[in-house]
Amino acid sequence: MAVVTLTINDHLVSAEDHQTLLDAAKAADAPLPTLCQLDGVSDVAACRLCLVEIDGSPKLQPACMTPVAEGLSVRTDTQRLRDYRRMIVELLFAERNHVCAVCVLNGHCELQDLAIEVGIDHVRYEYLHPHVGVDVSHAQFGIDDNRCVLCTRCVRVCEEVEGAATRDVMGRGTNCRIISDLNVPWGQADSCTSCGKCVMACPTGALFTQGATTAEMEKDRSKLSYIVRAREEHQWVR
Amino acid sequence: MADTAGATTEAAETASADPRYQALDATMKRRQYRHDALIEVLHDAQGIFGYLTTDVLTFVGRQLQLPPSHVYGVATFYHFFSLEPPAEHTCEVCLGTACYAKGASALLAEVEREAGIAAGDTTADGKLTLKVSRCPGACGMAPLVVYDEVAAGHETAESTLRRVKGWLG
Repeated sequence: MAVVTLTINDHLVSAEDHQTLLDAAKAADAPLPTLCQLDGVSDVAACRLCLVEIDGSPKLQPACMTPVAEGLSVRTDTQRLRDYRRMIVELLFAERNHVCAVCVLNGHCELQDLAIEVGIDHVRYEYLHPHVGVDVSHAQFGIDDNRCVLCTRCVRVCEEVEGAATRDVMGRGTNCRIISDLNVPWGQADSCTSCGKCVMACPTGALFTQGATTAEMEKDRSKLSYIVRAREEHQWVR
Repeated sequence: MADTAGATTEAAETASADPRYQALDATMKRRQYRHDALIEVLHDAQGIFGYLTTDVLTFVGRQLQLPPSHVYGVATFYHFFSLEPPAEHTCEVCLGTACYAKGASALLAEVEREAGIAAGDTTADGKLTLKVSRCPGACGMAPLVVYDEVAAGHETAESTLRRVKGWLG
Protein backbone atom coordinates (compact mmCIF):
# COMPACT_ATOMS: atom_id res chain seq x y z
CA MET A 1 0.00 0.00 0.00
CA ALA A 2 1.75 3.13 -1.19
CA VAL A 3 1.32 6.56 0.27
CA VAL A 4 0.95 9.58 -1.98
CA THR A 5 1.27 13.24 -1.19
CA LEU A 6 -1.08 15.84 -2.58
CA THR A 7 -2.15 19.39 -1.87
CA ILE A 8 -5.63 20.20 -0.64
CA ASN A 9 -6.41 23.90 -0.32
CA ASP A 10 -2.68 24.73 -0.22
CA HIS A 11 -2.00 22.24 2.58
CA LEU A 12 0.18 19.20 1.97
CA VAL A 13 -1.59 15.99 2.94
CA SER A 14 -0.73 12.34 2.56
CA ALA A 15 -3.17 9.61 1.66
CA GLU A 16 -3.13 5.93 0.79
CA ASP A 17 -3.23 5.35 -2.94
CA HIS A 18 -6.54 3.45 -2.90
CA GLN A 19 -8.35 6.38 -1.30
CA THR A 20 -10.50 8.90 -3.10
CA LEU A 21 -10.22 12.67 -2.95
CA LEU A 22 -13.32 12.63 -0.75
CA ASP A 23 -11.56 10.48 1.87
CA ALA A 24 -8.43 12.61 1.64
CA ALA A 25 -10.38 15.86 2.00
CA LYS A 26 -12.20 14.48 5.02
CA ALA A 27 -8.92 13.44 6.63
CA ALA A 28 -7.43 16.85 5.82
CA ASP A 29 -10.24 18.54 7.71
CA ALA A 30 -11.77 19.98 4.55
CA PRO A 31 -14.95 17.88 4.39
CA LEU A 32 -17.04 18.13 1.24
CA PRO A 33 -20.83 18.19 1.04
CA THR A 34 -22.25 14.88 -0.22
CA LEU A 35 -25.68 13.47 -0.85
CA CYS A 36 -25.59 10.33 -2.98
CA GLN A 37 -22.49 9.00 -1.21
CA LEU A 38 -23.19 6.48 1.53
CA ASP A 39 -20.65 4.45 3.47
CA GLY A 40 -21.04 0.77 2.68
CA VAL A 41 -22.47 1.06 -0.84
CA SER A 42 -20.88 1.83 -4.20
CA ASP A 43 -20.38 5.40 -5.35
CA VAL A 44 -22.21 6.76 -8.39
CA ALA A 45 -21.15 10.43 -8.42
CA ALA A 46 -24.75 11.40 -9.20
CA CYS A 47 -25.38 14.39 -6.96
CA ARG A 48 -22.29 16.39 -8.05
CA LEU A 49 -22.07 18.12 -4.67
CA CYS A 50 -18.54 16.89 -3.97
CA LEU A 51 -17.13 18.41 -7.17
CA VAL A 52 -13.64 19.82 -6.69
CA GLU A 53 -11.24 21.87 -8.75
CA ILE A 54 -8.00 20.22 -9.74
CA ASP A 55 -5.22 22.58 -10.80
CA GLY A 56 -4.35 22.22 -14.46
CA SER A 57 -7.75 20.78 -15.42
CA PRO A 58 -10.63 22.94 -16.60
CA LYS A 59 -13.12 20.23 -15.65
CA LEU A 60 -14.53 19.81 -12.17
CA GLN A 61 -14.20 16.29 -10.81
CA PRO A 62 -16.43 14.44 -8.33
CA ALA A 63 -14.22 13.79 -5.30
CA CYS A 64 -16.04 10.56 -4.40
CA MET A 65 -14.95 8.90 -7.66
CA THR A 66 -11.56 10.51 -8.21
CA PRO A 67 -8.61 8.56 -6.83
CA VAL A 68 -5.81 10.45 -5.09
CA ALA A 69 -2.59 10.84 -7.06
CA GLU A 70 0.89 12.03 -6.32
CA GLY A 71 1.30 15.78 -6.69
CA LEU A 72 -2.37 16.66 -7.26
CA SER A 73 -3.37 20.11 -6.20
CA VAL A 74 -7.02 20.22 -5.24
CA ARG A 75 -9.31 23.05 -4.20
CA THR A 76 -12.51 22.23 -2.36
CA ASP A 77 -14.00 25.58 -1.47
CA THR A 78 -13.72 28.18 -4.22
CA GLN A 79 -16.43 30.66 -5.13
CA ARG A 80 -17.14 28.74 -8.34
CA LEU A 81 -17.73 25.51 -6.40
CA ARG A 82 -19.85 27.26 -3.79
CA ASP A 83 -22.04 28.73 -6.55
CA TYR A 84 -22.52 25.34 -8.19
CA ARG A 85 -23.29 23.60 -4.93
CA ARG A 86 -25.93 26.11 -4.07
CA MET A 87 -27.41 25.82 -7.54
CA ILE A 88 -27.55 22.01 -7.26
CA VAL A 89 -29.36 22.09 -3.92
CA GLU A 90 -31.78 24.74 -5.16
CA LEU A 91 -32.59 22.60 -8.19
CA LEU A 92 -33.22 19.61 -5.92
CA PHE A 93 -35.72 21.67 -3.98
CA ALA A 94 -37.40 22.96 -7.13
CA GLU A 95 -37.79 19.48 -8.60
CA ARG A 96 -40.17 18.00 -6.00
CA ASN A 97 -42.45 19.20 -3.22
CA HIS A 98 -40.23 19.60 -0.19
CA VAL A 99 -42.15 21.02 2.73
CA CYS A 100 -39.95 20.73 5.81
CA ALA A 101 -42.63 21.93 8.20
CA VAL A 102 -44.73 18.79 7.73
CA CYS A 103 -41.91 16.30 7.12
CA VAL A 104 -41.13 13.37 9.43
CA LEU A 105 -37.43 14.12 9.10
CA ASN A 106 -37.56 17.84 9.85
CA GLY A 107 -34.44 18.66 11.82
CA HIS A 108 -32.64 15.43 10.92
CA CYS A 109 -32.71 15.70 7.15
CA GLU A 110 -29.57 15.66 5.04
CA LEU A 111 -31.15 17.81 2.36
CA GLN A 112 -32.17 20.38 4.94
CA ASP A 113 -28.68 20.33 6.45
CA LEU A 114 -27.17 20.78 3.00
CA ALA A 115 -29.41 23.75 2.30
CA ILE A 116 -28.21 25.37 5.49
CA GLU A 117 -24.59 24.49 4.74
CA VAL A 118 -24.62 26.00 1.26
CA GLY A 119 -26.51 29.04 2.50
CA ILE A 120 -29.89 28.79 0.79
CA ASP A 121 -32.37 31.40 1.96
CA HIS A 122 -34.57 31.16 -1.13
CA VAL A 123 -34.78 29.21 -4.37
CA ARG A 124 -34.14 31.16 -7.57
CA TYR A 125 -35.83 28.61 -9.82
CA GLU A 126 -39.45 27.99 -10.55
CA TYR A 127 -40.81 25.00 -8.63
CA LEU A 128 -42.06 22.17 -10.83
CA HIS A 129 -44.72 21.10 -8.31
CA PRO A 130 -45.04 17.64 -9.86
CA HIS A 131 -48.03 15.46 -9.05
CA VAL A 132 -46.37 12.52 -7.37
CA GLY A 133 -47.81 10.04 -4.99
CA VAL A 134 -47.29 8.53 -1.57
CA ASP A 135 -47.20 4.75 -1.29
CA VAL A 136 -48.09 3.38 2.15
CA SER A 137 -49.09 -0.08 0.99
CA HIS A 138 -46.22 -1.62 2.95
CA ALA A 139 -47.13 -2.72 6.48
CA GLN A 140 -44.27 -0.89 8.23
CA PHE A 141 -42.83 1.68 5.83
CA GLY A 142 -43.92 4.24 3.31
CA ILE A 143 -42.41 6.10 0.35
CA ASP A 144 -43.28 9.70 -0.39
CA ASP A 145 -42.04 10.70 -3.85
CA ASN A 146 -42.63 14.34 -3.01
CA ARG A 147 -39.54 14.25 -0.80
CA CYS A 148 -37.35 12.07 -3.01
CA VAL A 149 -34.14 13.50 -4.46
CA LEU A 150 -33.35 10.40 -6.56
CA CYS A 151 -29.96 9.90 -4.91
CA THR A 152 -30.49 6.12 -5.49
CA ARG A 153 -29.06 5.23 -2.09
CA CYS A 154 -32.10 2.98 -1.49
CA VAL A 155 -31.57 1.30 -4.86
CA ARG A 156 -27.93 0.56 -4.10
CA VAL A 157 -28.42 -0.49 -0.50
CA CYS A 158 -31.22 -2.88 -1.52
CA GLU A 159 -29.11 -4.51 -4.19
CA GLU A 160 -25.66 -4.41 -2.61
CA VAL A 161 -26.29 -4.84 1.11
CA GLU A 162 -29.61 -6.66 1.35
CA GLY A 163 -29.24 -8.39 -2.02
CA ALA A 164 -32.94 -8.19 -2.86
CA ALA A 165 -32.81 -5.56 -5.65
CA THR A 166 -36.43 -4.66 -5.03
CA ARG A 167 -35.80 -1.06 -5.97
CA ASP A 168 -34.77 0.66 -9.14
CA VAL A 169 -35.38 3.89 -10.99
CA MET A 170 -37.98 4.05 -13.76
CA GLY A 171 -38.41 6.64 -16.48
CA ARG A 172 -36.04 9.47 -17.26
CA GLY A 173 -35.59 13.14 -16.52
CA THR A 174 -38.28 14.71 -14.37
CA ASN A 175 -40.40 11.58 -14.82
CA CYS A 176 -37.94 9.42 -12.87
CA ARG A 177 -39.44 7.55 -9.95
CA ILE A 178 -38.17 5.04 -7.44
CA ILE A 179 -40.07 1.80 -7.99
CA SER A 180 -40.52 -1.54 -6.26
CA ASP A 181 -40.31 -4.61 -8.52
CA LEU A 182 -42.36 -4.04 -11.70
CA ASN A 183 -43.68 -0.71 -10.43
CA VAL A 184 -46.10 -2.44 -8.08
CA PRO A 185 -47.22 -0.95 -4.76
CA TRP A 186 -44.47 -1.54 -2.22
CA GLY A 187 -46.67 -3.83 -0.12
CA GLN A 188 -47.09 -6.16 -3.10
CA ALA A 189 -43.42 -6.37 -4.01
CA ASP A 190 -42.54 -10.06 -3.59
CA SER A 191 -38.80 -9.51 -3.47
CA CYS A 192 -38.94 -7.01 -0.57
CA THR A 193 -37.69 -8.51 2.67
CA SER A 194 -38.99 -5.61 4.79
CA CYS A 195 -35.49 -5.17 6.21
CA GLY A 196 -35.77 -1.39 6.33
CA LYS A 197 -32.28 -0.72 5.00
CA CYS A 198 -33.62 1.60 2.31
CA VAL A 199 -35.40 3.62 4.99
CA MET A 200 -32.16 3.91 6.95
CA ALA A 201 -30.23 4.90 3.84
CA CYS A 202 -32.62 7.60 2.62
CA PRO A 203 -31.24 11.11 3.23
CA THR A 204 -34.66 12.75 3.29
CA GLY A 205 -38.11 11.86 4.58
CA ALA A 206 -38.97 10.12 1.29
CA LEU A 207 -38.67 6.71 2.93
CA PHE A 208 -40.18 6.68 6.37
CA THR A 209 -41.49 4.44 9.10
CA GLN A 210 -45.25 4.51 9.30
CA GLY A 211 -46.64 6.14 12.37
CA ALA A 212 -43.82 8.66 12.64
CA THR A 213 -45.05 12.21 12.83
CA THR A 214 -43.50 15.57 11.97
CA ALA A 215 -39.82 15.87 12.93
CA GLU A 216 -40.03 12.59 14.83
CA MET A 217 -37.81 10.38 12.72
CA GLU A 218 -34.07 9.94 12.86
CA LYS A 219 -32.13 7.65 10.59
CA ASP A 220 -29.39 5.37 11.79
CA ARG A 221 -26.89 5.10 8.96
CA SER A 222 -24.13 3.68 11.13
CA LYS A 223 -26.12 0.45 11.17
CA LEU A 224 -25.50 0.05 7.46
CA SER A 225 -21.75 0.51 7.69
CA TYR A 226 -21.85 -1.85 10.67
CA ILE A 227 -23.45 -4.56 8.55
CA VAL A 228 -21.03 -4.02 5.68
CA ARG A 229 -18.00 -4.02 7.96
CA ALA A 230 -19.23 -7.17 9.68
CA ARG A 231 -19.70 -8.91 6.35
CA GLU A 232 -16.49 -7.81 4.65
CA GLU A 233 -14.02 -7.50 7.48
CA HIS A 234 -15.64 -9.75 10.06
CA GLN A 235 -15.65 -6.98 12.63
CA TRP A 236 -18.75 -6.59 14.72
CA VAL A 237 -18.05 -3.21 16.28
CA ARG A 238 -20.30 -0.19 16.51
CA MET B 1 -35.40 -19.97 -1.77
CA ALA B 2 -37.71 -22.78 -2.84
CA ASP B 3 -39.57 -20.16 -4.83
CA THR B 4 -36.79 -19.75 -7.38
CA ALA B 5 -37.02 -23.26 -8.78
CA GLY B 6 -40.80 -22.90 -8.99
CA ALA B 7 -40.47 -19.59 -10.82
CA THR B 8 -38.06 -21.07 -13.36
CA THR B 9 -40.35 -24.03 -14.04
CA GLU B 10 -43.28 -21.66 -14.39
CA ALA B 11 -41.33 -19.54 -16.84
CA ALA B 12 -40.36 -22.63 -18.80
CA GLU B 13 -43.98 -23.77 -18.89
CA THR B 14 -45.14 -20.41 -20.18
CA ALA B 15 -42.48 -20.67 -22.86
CA SER B 16 -43.58 -24.10 -23.99
CA ALA B 17 -47.28 -23.18 -24.17
CA ASP B 18 -47.18 -19.99 -26.24
CA PRO B 19 -45.27 -19.78 -29.53
CA ARG B 20 -44.52 -16.11 -28.89
CA TYR B 21 -42.77 -16.95 -25.64
CA GLN B 22 -40.92 -19.70 -27.46
CA ALA B 23 -39.69 -17.18 -30.00
CA LEU B 24 -38.67 -14.81 -27.21
CA ASP B 25 -36.89 -17.57 -25.34
CA ALA B 26 -35.07 -18.51 -28.55
CA THR B 27 -33.69 -14.97 -28.92
CA MET B 28 -32.49 -15.04 -25.32
CA LYS B 29 -30.90 -18.44 -25.82
CA ARG B 30 -29.14 -17.12 -28.91
CA ARG B 31 -27.58 -14.50 -26.63
CA GLN B 32 -26.67 -17.11 -24.02
CA TYR B 33 -29.10 -15.51 -21.52
CA ARG B 34 -26.55 -12.80 -20.86
CA HIS B 35 -27.53 -10.03 -18.44
CA ASP B 36 -26.16 -7.35 -20.71
CA ALA B 37 -28.33 -8.46 -23.63
CA LEU B 38 -31.38 -7.03 -21.86
CA ILE B 39 -31.95 -4.12 -24.25
CA GLU B 40 -31.68 -6.33 -27.36
CA VAL B 41 -34.00 -8.89 -25.79
CA LEU B 42 -36.59 -6.24 -24.91
CA HIS B 43 -36.29 -4.98 -28.47
CA ASP B 44 -37.09 -8.45 -29.79
CA ALA B 45 -39.86 -8.90 -27.21
CA GLN B 46 -41.55 -5.73 -28.41
CA GLY B 47 -41.24 -6.96 -31.99
CA ILE B 48 -42.89 -10.26 -31.07
CA PHE B 49 -45.63 -9.01 -28.74
CA GLY B 50 -46.19 -5.48 -30.08
CA TYR B 51 -45.61 -4.04 -26.62
CA LEU B 52 -44.16 -5.11 -23.29
CA THR B 53 -46.66 -6.62 -20.89
CA THR B 54 -45.96 -7.25 -17.22
CA ASP B 55 -45.81 -10.98 -17.98
CA VAL B 56 -43.24 -10.44 -20.73
CA LEU B 57 -41.06 -8.28 -18.44
CA THR B 58 -41.31 -10.89 -15.68
CA PHE B 59 -40.43 -13.66 -18.12
CA VAL B 60 -37.41 -11.76 -19.47
CA GLY B 61 -36.24 -10.97 -15.94
CA ARG B 62 -36.45 -14.60 -14.88
CA GLN B 63 -34.73 -15.99 -17.93
CA LEU B 64 -31.90 -13.44 -17.83
CA GLN B 65 -31.74 -13.72 -14.03
CA LEU B 66 -32.24 -10.01 -13.51
CA PRO B 67 -34.37 -8.35 -10.82
CA PRO B 68 -37.79 -7.23 -12.12
CA SER B 69 -37.16 -3.67 -10.94
CA HIS B 70 -34.08 -3.48 -13.17
CA VAL B 71 -35.97 -4.79 -16.22
CA TYR B 72 -38.78 -2.30 -15.61
CA GLY B 73 -36.28 0.54 -15.17
CA VAL B 74 -34.65 -0.17 -18.51
CA ALA B 75 -37.99 -0.67 -20.30
CA THR B 76 -39.25 2.72 -19.11
CA PHE B 77 -35.99 4.59 -19.73
CA TYR B 78 -36.05 4.22 -23.50
CA HIS B 79 -38.74 5.92 -25.57
CA PHE B 80 -38.77 3.05 -28.02
CA PHE B 81 -40.25 0.61 -25.52
CA SER B 82 -43.97 0.74 -24.91
CA LEU B 83 -45.79 -0.77 -21.95
CA GLU B 84 -49.18 0.06 -23.46
CA PRO B 85 -50.86 -1.79 -26.33
CA PRO B 86 -50.22 0.11 -29.56
CA ALA B 87 -53.08 2.02 -31.19
CA GLU B 88 -54.24 1.21 -34.70
CA HIS B 89 -52.28 4.16 -36.07
CA THR B 90 -49.45 6.33 -34.84
CA CYS B 91 -48.70 9.94 -35.69
CA GLU B 92 -45.26 11.06 -34.62
CA VAL B 93 -44.45 14.75 -34.85
CA CYS B 94 -40.77 15.66 -34.85
CA LEU B 95 -39.90 18.47 -32.47
CA GLY B 96 -36.22 18.56 -33.32
CA THR B 97 -34.56 21.91 -33.86
CA ALA B 98 -35.17 22.18 -37.62
CA CYS B 99 -38.79 20.99 -37.42
CA TYR B 100 -39.42 23.20 -34.43
CA ALA B 101 -38.11 26.23 -36.31
CA LYS B 102 -40.46 25.32 -39.18
CA GLY B 103 -43.50 25.43 -36.88
CA ALA B 104 -43.84 21.82 -35.70
CA SER B 105 -45.13 22.87 -32.30
CA ALA B 106 -48.10 24.75 -33.80
CA LEU B 107 -48.79 21.73 -36.00
CA LEU B 108 -48.69 19.47 -32.96
CA ALA B 109 -51.09 21.73 -31.08
CA GLU B 110 -53.56 21.46 -33.97
CA VAL B 111 -53.40 17.66 -33.93
CA GLU B 112 -53.75 17.57 -30.16
CA ARG B 113 -56.85 19.74 -30.41
CA GLU B 114 -58.35 17.65 -33.21
CA ALA B 115 -57.74 14.29 -31.51
CA GLY B 116 -58.51 15.60 -28.04
CA ILE B 117 -55.39 14.03 -26.54
CA ALA B 118 -52.00 15.28 -25.44
CA ALA B 119 -48.76 14.18 -27.07
CA GLY B 120 -47.76 10.75 -25.77
CA ASP B 121 -51.36 9.63 -25.27
CA THR B 122 -53.69 7.29 -27.13
CA THR B 123 -57.30 8.09 -27.96
CA ALA B 124 -59.89 6.27 -25.85
CA ASP B 125 -61.08 4.21 -28.84
CA GLY B 126 -57.51 3.01 -29.48
CA LYS B 127 -57.44 4.49 -33.00
CA LEU B 128 -54.52 6.87 -32.68
CA THR B 129 -51.38 7.33 -30.63
CA LEU B 130 -49.87 10.79 -30.87
CA LYS B 131 -46.16 10.91 -30.22
CA VAL B 132 -43.37 13.42 -30.41
CA SER B 133 -39.83 12.59 -31.38
CA ARG B 134 -36.45 14.26 -31.45
CA CYS B 135 -35.07 14.27 -34.93
CA PRO B 136 -35.41 11.06 -36.93
CA GLY B 137 -32.66 12.57 -39.08
CA ALA B 138 -34.38 14.08 -42.10
CA CYS B 139 -34.11 17.79 -41.29
CA GLY B 140 -34.25 18.72 -44.98
CA MET B 141 -37.88 17.62 -44.93
CA ALA B 142 -38.83 19.77 -41.93
CA PRO B 143 -41.40 19.86 -40.50
CA LEU B 144 -41.46 16.09 -40.44
CA VAL B 145 -44.34 13.85 -39.35
CA VAL B 146 -44.06 10.06 -39.25
CA TYR B 147 -47.38 8.31 -39.99
CA ASP B 148 -47.35 4.60 -39.06
CA GLU B 149 -43.56 4.53 -39.40
CA VAL B 150 -43.59 6.21 -42.83
CA ALA B 151 -42.03 9.65 -42.85
CA ALA B 152 -43.74 12.55 -44.60
CA GLY B 153 -41.94 15.85 -45.14
CA HIS B 154 -42.90 19.50 -45.47
CA GLU B 155 -46.10 18.89 -43.51
CA THR B 156 -48.60 21.60 -42.72
CA ALA B 157 -51.34 21.66 -40.11
CA GLU B 158 -53.84 21.06 -42.94
CA SER B 159 -52.09 18.02 -44.44
CA THR B 160 -51.54 16.48 -41.02
CA LEU B 161 -55.13 17.04 -39.94
CA ARG B 162 -56.36 15.44 -43.16
CA ARG B 163 -54.44 12.24 -42.40
CA VAL B 164 -55.41 12.19 -38.75
CA LYS B 165 -59.09 12.92 -39.41
CA GLY B 166 -59.22 9.96 -41.79
CA TRP B 167 -57.97 7.69 -39.04
CA LEU B 168 -60.16 9.08 -36.32
CA GLY B 169 -63.21 8.43 -38.54
